Amino acid sequence: MTDAVEEYEAVVVGCGPGGAAAAATLARNGVETLVLERGVDAGSKNVSGGLIYAEESAPYTIDGLFPGFREEATERPVTENIIHNIAGDKVKSFDIGGLHHHDTAWADAVLRRKMDSWLAQQVHERTRETGGGLLTEVHVTGLLRERGEIVGVTTEELDPIKADMVVAADGVNSELARDAGLMDWEEPEEWFQGVKAVVDMEPELINARFDVAPDDGTAHLFSGDLFDGVRGGGFLYTNESSLSIGTVFHLDSIAEERAEPHELLDSLLTHPLMAQWLGDEYDEREYSAKLVPDSKKAAHPSPHKDRLVLVGDAAGQMQAQGPIIKGMNHAVTAGALAAEAFADARARDDPSQAGDLYEKKLNDEGVMDKLRPTGYRVFGQLGELGPVDDLSNAIADSAVGRFGVRAAAGLLERAYSSPRLVSMIPDTKLPYVTLPTVIAEELGEPVTDENTVSPPDLADRIGDLTYDVGDPHIELVDKSFEASGTAVTACPVSAEDFGGGCYRDEMVQTNGSEEHLVSLDTQPCVECGTCAIVADTEWEHPAGGKGVEFNQG
Amino acid sequence: MHTVVMTKGVPDFREGQVSFDEDGHLERGKTPTVMNPNDKHALRAAFQTKVRNGGHVSLMSMGPPGYKEVLQEGMRDVYADDLYLLSDREMGAADTWATAMTVATGLQNLDEQPDLVFAGFKTADGETGHTGPQTCWCLDWPIITHVLSLDIDEDAGTVRAKRLVDGDISEIETVEAPMPCFIVADPEFEPTYRKASHRLNHKDLREETQERAEEYEDHLTVWDHEDLNLDPDYIGLDGSPTIVSGVDPIPKAPSEREATMIEADEREALEPVLDELTPYAAGD
Repeated sequence: MTDAVEEYEAVVVGCGPGGAAAAATLARNGVETLVLERGVDAGSKNVSGGLIYAEESAPYTIDGLFPGFREEATERPVTENIIHNIAGDKVKSFDIGGLHHHDTAWADAVLRRKMDSWLAQQVHERTRETGGGLLTEVHVTGLLRERGEIVGVTTEELDPIKADMVVAADGVNSELARDAGLMDWEEPEEWFQGVKAVVDMEPELINARFDVAPDDGTAHLFSGDLFDGVRGGGFLYTNESSLSIGTVFHLDSIAEERAEPHELLDSLLTHPLMAQWLGDEYDEREYSAKLVPDSKKAAHPSPHKDRLVLVGDAAGQMQAQGPIIKGMNHAVTAGALAAEAFADARARDDPSQAGDLYEKKLNDEGVMDKLRPTGYRVFGQLGELGPVDDLSNAIADSAVGRFGVRAAAGLLERAYSSPRLVSMIPDTKLPYVTLPTVIAEELGEPVTDENTVSPPDLADRIGDLTYDVGDPHIELVDKSFEASGTAVTACPVSAEDFGGGCYRDEMVQTNGSEEHLVSLDTQPCVECGTCAIVADTEWEHPAGGKGVEFNQG
Repeated sequence: MHTVVMTKGVPDFREGQVSFDEDGHLERGKTPTVMNPNDKHALRAAFQTKVRNGGHVSLMSMGPPGYKEVLQEGMRDVYADDLYLLSDREMGAADTWATAMTVATGLQNLDEQPDLVFAGFKTADGETGHTGPQTCWCLDWPIITHVLSLDIDEDAGTVRAKRLVDGDISEIETVEAPMPCFIVADPEFEPTYRKASHRLNHKDLREETQERAEEYEDHLTVWDHEDLNLDPDYIGLDGSPTIVSGVDPIPKAPSEREATMIEADEREALEPVLDELTPYAAGD
């Protein structure tokens, strides 16, 4: 009958790597699986810096689950990994191949539209055989409950759907995780914000400028004084015929410094060091932005409730291993483990155990310890205490510290390559700004190249990203500048004195007094979620198929 | 479920496509033939039936051999399983009566009796809206016109429909009829797919039909009057009681109002406009 509630054994929300891994593993276990993706195509809503890792210690890898993945869905493998310490035009580069290769079976640069849409095709074919399948343009809005228990999902486009397991792989701004009360958007300290430019470049030019073979690629990381003291750094990865260049900063630092993310990206793009790689012609294919959870603080230790399990970004499973960010690989492992847990629980005739089993597997397989390392809990957080931080910065910047840096150059390079040491790095200025700056000043050589790149302005970048958002999907609850003014600068598609973005501020005369207010236009929104944290909003995604559509991602 | 959609090829009346001679008569040879635009509503309704209830969908038309392409277009749109073209010289120049006789016979000639027949709202060339209801009359089936939404209960063998009463948007009624039944979809008909299973079916059908439409002629049956055992005296021009006495082109509307252009780049320049408008603002 048409009035009956539809029911599937499992519903997977989101078809990024986490959702794809979950769906493929469920399908392999014969579980009838429906996958709901809100983009016009999987990957159209997804952005990442661009490296996916396969760890030797991980129980699952993406190419293990999807044979042919590296041939069909990725760009270039990363065969070299360099970090550049920058102070003005002085640069000291360290090879951090040791850190990069530690526990790494392989690591490839990816563009998410290509990668995720390929995965989605595989997922649809496999899940269709179980009686389910993948649907795009469906926005899952929340959880379906019966007598207070989670039993399924509600969507904007379809009638409610029941399931024995709901996998929330709906990304960093997971509406399901928030509906369940498992995640929030409260503390800027728990998040990074990344912005990225995908820059067009002929494969032959990439090979020549980066001195790599046609089937090889490279990763460059940047830190030091080029970002106005904002805590974070930059990256450059080589794709087949483009470069992914971006910056990632602690959101609390962006908020405190009232930094403009697009300007920080431009600081990197226009630095003399980049001239050798960018040359004279700069053609930006796409500007994008994303919120990144810091798993050390945000990874949920028990990411499940009733029939709901959280996977990947939705559960805060994004590991910043010093300068290297690993997210997609953990999402893949978590997705497959969640599916495995459900299959186990079902075999025991008690699907309701799936959540507990999933949590146990995350711990047993060592995923949780990577996401929330003990070393950081013991030493890293100590370093974040105000007096300790001040002292460390002062020492590093002092004559003694500088002498130490000069004396220990080789040691420093090794330290950067130590997975154990970098996992303990505190979230302070010391590792991101002070130390790299001192290293570059003491050990670096000046770069004499002239960088002639002039990146597009924000209006042009937004112009390429404006799609039909449908009804406004974000409501600004408190319009006062005090409550929501940070969004004007922190939003990657807004800026002070720029009227064409999402957020702007103005002085408004009311009954003789003057108020400093913020206004919002959701039209240029890239759905990064920054304003959900730094401003007072009611935040949700646009309807299925509406809103921003990334072609690179 | 077996569903049939009736469709017709009509001259493409869109600007830039249609061609008239100097007397204002349509030049059929120079004007391309396309599917009657209003048939799209019938196709949408039939397609919804296919997606939600499954079954077999046939597309039927009467016309010259060139209508095959119209049927191919329809096959893509409605994801039809097969196509029927009723075509020979004896059927030519038929009015709605003779067409209804022919199509009704075509429907009766199908191997499997249809449960539902969808007809377009009216054709873009004849504009009568007669052919559907007259065909239904020939078959003595129930008919529901101006349909906005449909729900089929296969077990009960009934169809429930929301429809506009007298085509008036302000009055909507819900009616139920036994199948087989004729359905005329209103232009306001909106298909809805609120079930994941519907959308998954939709996806399957889309892939499957694109391949089929490429080789549509393998799925096309052409019947002439002998196949249908029809007496030529009752079809085509000979079977058409309608006599068209003449065609008068509609004269162009006169456009001889006086216009005064005012360059409004300065405030003073707008004063004449204000002077003109003031008398109308007086009083109320």
